Amino acid sequence: MSAAVLTFTDKGIYCPAGDFYIDPWRPVPRALITHGHADHARPGHGAYLASAAAASVIRLRLGDIALDTVRFGEKRLLGGATVSFHPAGHIPGSAQIRVEVGGEIWVVSGDYKLAPDGLCETFEPVRCHAFITECTFGLPVFSWRPQQEIAAEINAWWAGNAAEGRASILGAYSLGKAQRLLALLDPAIGPILTHGAVENTNAVLRAQGYALPETKHATPDLDVKAHPGAMVIAPPSALGSAWARRFGPASTGMASGWMRLRGVRRRRGADRGFVLSDHADWDELHMAIRETGAEKIFVTHGYTEIFARWLATQGYDAQVVPTEFGGEEDSTPETGEDAA
Amino acid sequence: MKAFAQLFAAIDQSTRTSVKTAALADYFRSASEEDRLWTIALFSGRRPKRAVTTTQLREWAAERAGLPLWLVEESYPVVGDLAETIALILPPPDAPSDHSLSHWINLLVDLSQAGQDARKAQILTAWDGLDETGRFLFNKLITGGFRIGVSRKLMTRALAQATGQDEAALALRLMGDWTPQTTTWQTLIAAPDPQADDSRPYPFYLAYQLDSAPEELGAPEDWQAEWKWDGIRGQLVLRGGTHHVWSRGEELMTDRFPEFARVPDFLPPGHVFDGEIVAWDGAHPLPFNALQKRIGRKTVPKKLLKDAPVILLAYDLLEADGQDIRDRPFAERRARLDALLADLPPDAPLRPSPPIRFDDWEALADTRATAREQRAEGLMLKRRAAPYLAGRKKGDWWKWKLDPLSVDAVMIYAQQGHGRRANLFTDFTFAAWNGNELVPFTKAYSGLTDAEFNEITNWVRRNTLQRFGPVRQVKPELVFEIAFEGIQPSPRHKSGLALRFPRMARWRRDKPAQEANTLDDLKAMLAAYGA
Repeated sequence: MSAAVLTFTDKGIYCPAGDFYIDPWRPVPRALITHGHADHARPGHGAYLASAAAASVIRLRLGDIALDTVRFGEKRLLGGATVSFHPAGHIPGSAQIRVEVGGEIWVVSGDYKLAPDGLCETFEPVRCHAFITECTFGLPVFSWRPQQEIAAEINAWWAGNAAEGRASILGAYSLGKAQRLLALLDPAIGPILTHGAVENTNAVLRAQGYALPETKHATPDLDVKAHPGAMVIAPPSALGSAWARRFGPASTGMASGWMRLRGVRRRRGADRGFVLSDHADWDELHMAIRETGAEKIFVTHGYTEIFARWLATQGYDAQVVPTEFGGEEDSTPETGEDAA
Repeated sequence: MKAFAQLFAAIDQSTRTSVKTAALADYFRSASEEDRLWTIALFSGRRPKRAVTTTQLREWAAERAGLPLWLVEESYPVVGDLAETIALILPPPDAPSDHSLSHWINLLVDLSQAGQDARKAQILTAWDGLDETGRFLFNKLITGGFRIGVSRKLMTRALAQATGQDEAALALRLMGDWTPQTTTWQTLIAAPDPQADDSRPYPFYLAYQLDSAPEELGAPEDWQAEWKWDGIRGQLVLRGGTHHVWSRGEELMTDRFPEFARVPDFLPPGHVFDGEIVAWDGAHPLPFNALQKRIGRKTVPKKLLKDAPVILLAYDLLEADGQDIRDRPFAERRARLDALLADLPPDAPLRPSPPIRFDDWEALADTRATAREQRAEGLMLKRRAAPYLAGRKKGDWWKWKLDPLSVDAVMIYAQQGHGRRANLFTDFTFAAWNGNELVPFTKAYSGLTDAEFNEITNWVRRNTLQRFGPVRQVKPELVFEIAFEGIQPSPRHKSGLALRFPRMARWRRDKPAQEANTLDDLKAMLAAYGA
């Protein structure tokens, strides 16, 4: 077998043939970025390469950086490596990165989910020899119900609150989850208000052509009383804050894969937990791995040791990606904005 | 199970007491009498006898889900609840059914008579007939600890709303040694004049911790002080020529403490005493670990009866001559108690807990400072004019405990919590220095904020040295102030001592590990305060 296409260094995943890193966590000369979440797109790199669909959001978050873009599927030669970006279905613009060196193909999944959500580009299986996969929810207790069922639950909760004169405040990360929720809401129920962090991202994604319903930025001078029965979308950190109290009587909710666990639901202290994740569940992880045709699997982000052990029993050559923190295998709902 | 599952969902989805109470009251109005009765039983800590072990449950669930057992075992600490873990991994139901709560409970009751193979078949069939919430609740019925955010008090209030009966009267009816198999809704709740059975205790009145200065309670002459003993709160019920001993958790402890069998020889029936059960050396209480040896034993060997005899230090009289006198002022109840116990022989297993006289709060504070010498934890303050209330109510009873003892210790092991704290490292083992060695001496789980637990959880991940199953050995860097109520010798522990009620008073971010306390410091405390 030929030399490794990608290696694991203390700065992140590195391609010696192309002299670049993928989603590195320390400053490097050249970084390929799967998507705009903060634990993947970090400031301080010399040059960036990302999918065209992810570019605006990355610029919104990292400012004036040297960012080059490619279309999904477009091949780019970097040194001795050919790279291309393929939809990961995690958030709008998110990509898997395919790296080919001398006929050997490795794919870095970034974060991903398989089920189409109607907003972001649907995950595309990419055949490869080695697959580096996230496994945030790599335990059999995690399985997601169809999105339309969760959407119906959320809309019923909103309608019920509106009928009783309460606002509905839904906590969701400002990039990705917030827009996915917006696209699921039934605007006939009432007005939709947003936190500033959510509205900034909305503006960028709308300009790119993603279809989002009408929203109103809940600025400090907004007359809350003029918007009875509103749905308010805000980052989870805003729940229970002074900012949230201005909406008067309200029911609070959280939408995340972690809401599958009752302990986490209760710890968050929200009234309702909706099980809606932008990551693959247990079955989806297996489907994704199978469809790559890869025999060599590297796992990262999540219950890595358990998942690798399980994959080994299924006949894969599975290894844990060594990471900065020695053992992120139990990434929790408390860490990372996209661990949701 | 659907109605009960809906009730559970309504309770689980709200953090507001009023919403939970209303949901439960609705359920009490609409459910069958048998389901109502079991619901009351579950929310007052009564459950069907365990029919299968949790090990069997794990194995059967793994088999049904087509997963290796180790993967189920690894998932459990992440979820933090076995009943829930199993509900989450099982494949969707084959044959959904809608049996009642009582149906499933009766199935479990019958199961305890069945053979091994029949048990497994029944459990697998049950899982196949229940949806995810139904399975979770069914599993909870088996594993016990039915805590889903409904306190006994909340349940009683909902029952009062649903039946129109008085809450305190209902609380009294629900006390005692009943199960849905030994009573009916009619007898327990609906009968107009319940013939109180002879064993039934009264709901305990519980004190609050005094956090402000006692001066704020007002005039000293309105109050009576007593020692706060470190024993087990208990009620001694004398009725119809027999006696019953109840713990605060409503556990019947009559057989555990045979000493009280003599009490009906000294005192007439129709009396109920509230007090503290302590191990007694003839003049003083023995340290709590002497009593602890008695607590676990259902039958007591003779030697233990001799080494650690118990008595009740009585401090209240709830029933006198067959009359409930809880609404009389404390001073009057106490006077009747003292009069009743005045002529008892010195070796009787019942004595009045002595009242402490004081003229002003300052003098009482000096008395409190001597509590450890009396083998007490501090003082109780009781308003002389107050009736005996039910449950924890603020205002008339206060515990004024001694300031806890404390040491600074180094965290050396960490483990994840359960339930609400699943996925967070919350259970820690602490050590003190013995030369260059760190000797573990206590565990502690509480006292920090969620934010601190989050921070420590991240730290533990980055600073794990070794793993032993769920336990992680961490770099000996973090120092915590450990507060505790007492210290006792313990040959079972490597450190040779054991703490009572240890908890984390604060995270000493300012202290390097080298400056934590030593084992010698702890031994000095043991010499000063240990018995």
